[in-house]
Amino acid sequence: MASEEVTTVRARPEPIRAVPVRHPGRWITVAVLAVLAAMFVHVLVTNKAFNWSFMVDKMFRPPIIEGLLRGTVLMTVVAMVIGVALGVLVAIMRLSDNPILRAVGWLYTWFFRAVPRLVLLAVFGNIGILWSRIEFGVPFDTQLGQLFGIDNLQLRLFGFSSRDILTGFMAGLLGLALSEAAYMAEIVRAGIQSVDGGQTEAAQALGMSRGQLLRRVVLPQAMRVIIPPTGNETIAMLKDTSLLLYVPVSVELFFQLDAVGKRTFQIFPMYVAACLWYLFLTSILLVGQYFLERHFGKGYGPAGRARLRLRTIAAEQGGGGQGTAGV
Amino acid sequence: MSELTVPAQAGAPAAESGLMVQAEQVHKSFGHLEVLKGIDLEVRSGEVCCLLGPSGSGKSTFLRCINHLEKINAGRIRVDGELIGYREHGGKLHELRQKEVAAQRRSIGMVFQRFNLFPHMTALENVIEAPVRVKRESKAEARERAEALLARVGLGDKMGNYPGQLSGGQQQRVAIARALAMQPKLMLFDEPTSALDPELVGEVLDVMKDLARDGMTMIVVTHEIGFAREVGDSLVFMDGGVVVEQGNPREVIANPQHDRTKAFLAKVL
Repeated sequence: MASEEVTTVRARPEPIRAVPVRHPGRWITVAVLAVLAAMFVHVLVTNKAFNWSFMVDKMFRPPIIEGLLRGTVLMTVVAMVIGVALGVLVAIMRLSDNPILRAVGWLYTWFFRAVPRLVLLAVFGNIGILWSRIEFGVPFDTQLGQLFGIDNLQLRLFGFSSRDILTGFMAGLLGLALSEAAYMAEIVRAGIQSVDGGQTEAAQALGMSRGQLLRRVVLPQAMRVIIPPTGNETIAMLKDTSLLLYVPVSVELFFQLDAVGKRTFQIFPMYVAACLWYLFLTSILLVGQYFLERHFGKGYGPAGRARLRLRTIAAEQGGGGQGTAGV
Repeated sequence: MSELTVPAQAGAPAAESGLMVQAEQVHKSFGHLEVLKGIDLEVRSGEVCCLLGPSGSGKSTFLRCINHLEKINAGRIRVDGELIGYREHGGKLHELRQKEVAAQRRSIGMVFQRFNLFPHMTALENVIEAPVRVKRESKAEARERAEALLARVGLGDKMGNYPGQLSGGQQQRVAIARALAMQPKLMLFDEPTSALDPELVGEVLDVMKDLARDGMTMIVVTHEIGFAREVGDSLVFMDGGVVVEQGNPREVIANPQHDRTKAFLAKVL
């Protein structure tokens, strides 16, 4: 009461109108940047090698759009879905009590993170050299047959020719998804480890099994940490689909642009077209990532918590007269 | 008001001895550090046992051994006659599987110093979670009991709030309701008021007193001497991993026998 009286009695001082600090450095920076920008635009307009009309004419052709939709967009989506699912599995293996699962998980992430994606894709693209047919059945069937004196025993359920299946899209998908799973496993593992140990203990004390505890308590909380880097991974994956050129996957954006460029000896315009297409696609993803991060940051972090607290206080004051329960 | 929460088995002693918790010579080490050096303790059904002692005396560790959050290195702990964490068979101890340990924990409620509510669930969802997922109760049944429990701890109007929107005292009361929803026969409290603002301690202690009055068997690690004196049936003073002194709380607090107990109480009181 006393403090309120004081504030009402004393007159409010007049607002501050001070001379702001001057920033001459900013003006110099602007001038320098303006000159650089003018030079850049000048090159774009005057240099004939850009061949803009040719580029615009070619970059929307059906094979290129088809490559963009299937080889870039669809490949990104499918590779990420497989990568995330497998990544969660490998992460849980690496955090398991079972030392064998732990070792297998470690081996997996070690291999797929240590080999460059480009090299991995080249290997998967040429795996047909190793096996002409890929078949499923009893392992070591011929060797077992020899042991029992049967020549050329074959216990195969089904199979297919490598050339039919493990080329192009499938080989590229396998390479990208398996390598992505290794990176996602590390992200998911960090997410799981970021959840307070008290959460696990509380769930255990309630008699939850390990599966329930992960599914219901730990993973939902880990999501907050997992989602933002997964957005980055998706953007990186979209760009890495250009590496499919080395599998090769022909129905793919960069393969098609590159092919047009080489066929017409107009390489540079086509590479500029590639830059523009990738800029366009990643920009869409960046917008999506912004909203995703805002959604999952709710109620967490200093800003989120403050917002939540303000809302609670407002609600309590609005409810009125609950005085004693105050925060 | 208090028509609920105390399950049928809590009132009547299930084990023939009437003992809810029996600890014999419990030892526990973390690496080279021996934290518990042979703890013997008995808690009867319906009794409130308060564990007192300086920090590092091993009282929290001992509490966590009772529901096997910590594995003991030697000795035996029985809850309601059942050996915790192991099975004795042919003169040998066999470790229980995770599933079996989880089953034992269902009937032992635990309340933590830092509440450990699930932050992504509302108060009501926190309380319903284990009965529905672990005990496979119907949602409607679990919900009905959860609402009654939350009303009992004075949070009938906060059921839809997330833990981040509740004060510490309110969170701890939700945590108590969450443990009670599993209808435990024993409740473990690990310094339940230590992380609270002083003005919020009372509301949590009131809920615990209410629970004690209803005949719940409770083991409470606490620094609240007043609570121990008022509600406790027995008081155990621990220091350096051993039980220094135990007995009736009022007698021990008024007239401690051991120098160590005297020194501790002189500082706390």
